[in-house]
Amino acid sequence: MSRFLADARLVAAKDLRIEARSRVVLNQVAPFALLVLVLFGFALDADQRTLRTFAPGLFWVAVLLCALLAIQRSVSVEQADGALTGLRLSGMSPAALFVGKAAAVFVQLVVLEVLLTAGIIVLYGSQIEQPLLVAATGLLAAVAVACTGTLYGALASGLGVRETLLPILLLPVLAPVLIGATRAFDDALGNAAVDGWAWLGLLAVFAVVATAGGALAHGTLVEE
Amino acid sequence: MTETMTTNGTSTGSRGSRVLGAATLLGLATLLLFAFGLTEPDVRLHPTTGGEIGQFDAVRLLYLHVPLAVLMYVAFVLCAVASAGYLIRRTPWFDTMARAAAEVGTVFCGLVLVTGSIWGRPVWNTWWEWGDVRLMTTLVLFLMFTGYLALRRATVDPRAAALRGAIVALVAVLDLPLVNRSVEWWENRTLHQKSTLEELKIQDLTLFTLMLGFLVFGLVLTWLLLHRFRVGWLEREDVQHGVAAAIAERRAAIDEGDVDAAVGEGT
Amino acid sequence: MTHLGYLIAGWGIALGTLGLFAVATVRRGRDLARRVPAERSRWLTAPGEDA
Repeated sequence: MSRFLADARLVAAKDLRIEARSRVVLNQVAPFALLVLVLFGFALDADQRTLRTFAPGLFWVAVLLCALLAIQRSVSVEQADGALTGLRLSGMSPAALFVGKAAAVFVQLVVLEVLLTAGIIVLYGSQIEQPLLVAATGLLAAVAVACTGTLYGALASGLGVRETLLPILLLPVLAPVLIGATRAFDDALGNAAVDGWAWLGLLAVFAVVATAGGALAHGTLVEE
Repeated sequence: MTETMTTNGTSTGSRGSRVLGAATLLGLATLLLFAFGLTEPDVRLHPTTGGEIGQFDAVRLLYLHVPLAVLMYVAFVLCAVASAGYLIRRTPWFDTMARAAAEVGTVFCGLVLVTGSIWGRPVWNTWWEWGDVRLMTTLVLFLMFTGYLALRRATVDPRAAALRGAIVALVAVLDLPLVNRSVEWWENRTLHQKSTLEELKIQDLTLFTLMLGFLVFGLVLTWLLLHRFRVGWLEREDVQHGVAAAIAERRAAIDEGDVDAAVGEGT
Repeated sequence: MTHLGYLIAGWGIALGTLGLFAVATVRRGRDLARRVPAERSRWLTAPGEDA
C-alpha cells in the first residue's frame, strides 16, 4: 500500500513539477478559462442579474472545457521520448500511475476552479452564500473530472486524432457531473431553492466510482 | 450453428438470413396494417368540457417508438455482455459482436430520439424538453456510443481497438438503468408516463399491436446484427488476408533476388 | 387521419434509416466477400484456431 502511494505521489509530483516549469496551465489554460467567461458575457449580452442566474452553469461548462485542455496536456507529457513505456517498464502498478496522473490533474483543476470562482464573482456578480458547499462541490467535481478524464485520456492516447476524439468521448460521460455540480452551485450561490447537498451526494458517488473504476480499467488498458 | 448460417462466397447472406429477412418484411407489413388500419386513435372525452382530447392518431407512432426503445436496450445489453466477454476471453468473436451490437444499437437509439421527438410535438407540444430525465439520459447514451464508434474507427490496431472499445462500452452501459428507471426515480422531472402499458389503459388490440411491434423490430434487430456481425468478421479476415498477402509478396521477391521489392522500396 | 404529417415523418424516417443501414451493410458485405478468399469466409473459427 505504501509502495502504491509512494509511486502515485512520485508520478503526481513529476507532473506538477513539469507544470511548474512549463507553466502551461497557468499561462494558457487559466487565461482560456477567463476568456470563456468573457465570451459568455459577450454572447449573452445580458445585464449582471441575468448572468448571475446562469453563472453556475457557465462556471461548470468553463471548468469542463479547461479540463479537456488539462487532460490533453497530461497525456501529451507522456508521449515525448517514450516516457510512457519507461513508466510501464519501471514495474509501477498501472493503478498507481493512474492515481498519480489523476491527482496532478486534480490539483490543476482546483486551481482553475478557484480562479473561475473569482471570475464569476467579479464578472457576473455572483455571491457565495454557502462557501462550504462551494468548496465541497469544487473538490468532488474535480476528483470526478480528473479521474474520468485520466482514464479517457489514456483511451484516446496514441491516436493521431486524440485532440478531437477526447472531447466527444469524455464530455457525455461527464454530463452527470455537470448537472450535479451546477445544481449544487445553484443552491450555494443563492440562485435557486434546490437541495445542493443532495446533488453533492450524486457527485460523491460519481467521484468514488470514477476513481475505483478508472484505476481498474487503467490497469486493463496498460497491458496492451 | 448449422449450414444455413455459413456465408457463401459472394455476400453475407445465407439461407437462414434470407428466410429471416423475408419474415421481417412480412412482419413489418403486418405491423403497418395493424398500426394504421386496425387500431383506433386515442380519443377521450375531457371530464369537464366534454371536448375530445388525447393523442388521436399520434398514438400510432408509439407502435414504432416503444419497440425501438426496448430493442435498443437489448442491443446495448448485448454489446455490454460481448464487451465483458472480450475482456475475459479475448476472442475476436466477442469483439466483433460487441461492435456490431453497438452500431445497430446506436442506430436504434438515434431513431428512438427522433421518433420520440416527432411524437412529442403534437402530444406534448414540444420537440424537446430539457430537464426531462429520460430524454437527457437517452441523449447521453446516444452520444457515448457515437463516441465508442468514433474510437473504434480511429484506432488502427485491432487489439487496442477491441480493448479500449470494451472499456468505453461498459462505462456507457451504466447509463442504461438510468434511462429505464428514470421515469420512476424522478417522477416529477419527466413528461414520460410511468409505464405505457398501464397509463394508456391498453385494450387488447393496442396491446397486441405493441407486442407485434416488439416481435417485428426484434426480427429487424436480429437480421441487422447478423449481417453487421458477418461484415465485421469479413473485415477482420480481409485485414489478415491483406497482411498475409503482403508477406507472401515480399518472400517471393526475396526468392527472386529482387531486394528492392523485398524491402518495399519503389512500391 | 390527424397528425398525418408526423406519422409519415416518424415512420418514414425510421424505416428509411433502417433500410439504408441494411442496404449499406449488405453492400459492404458483398465487397468484402469478393476480396476475401473463400476459405476464410466461414464466420466461425475452428476450435483451437488462433484469434
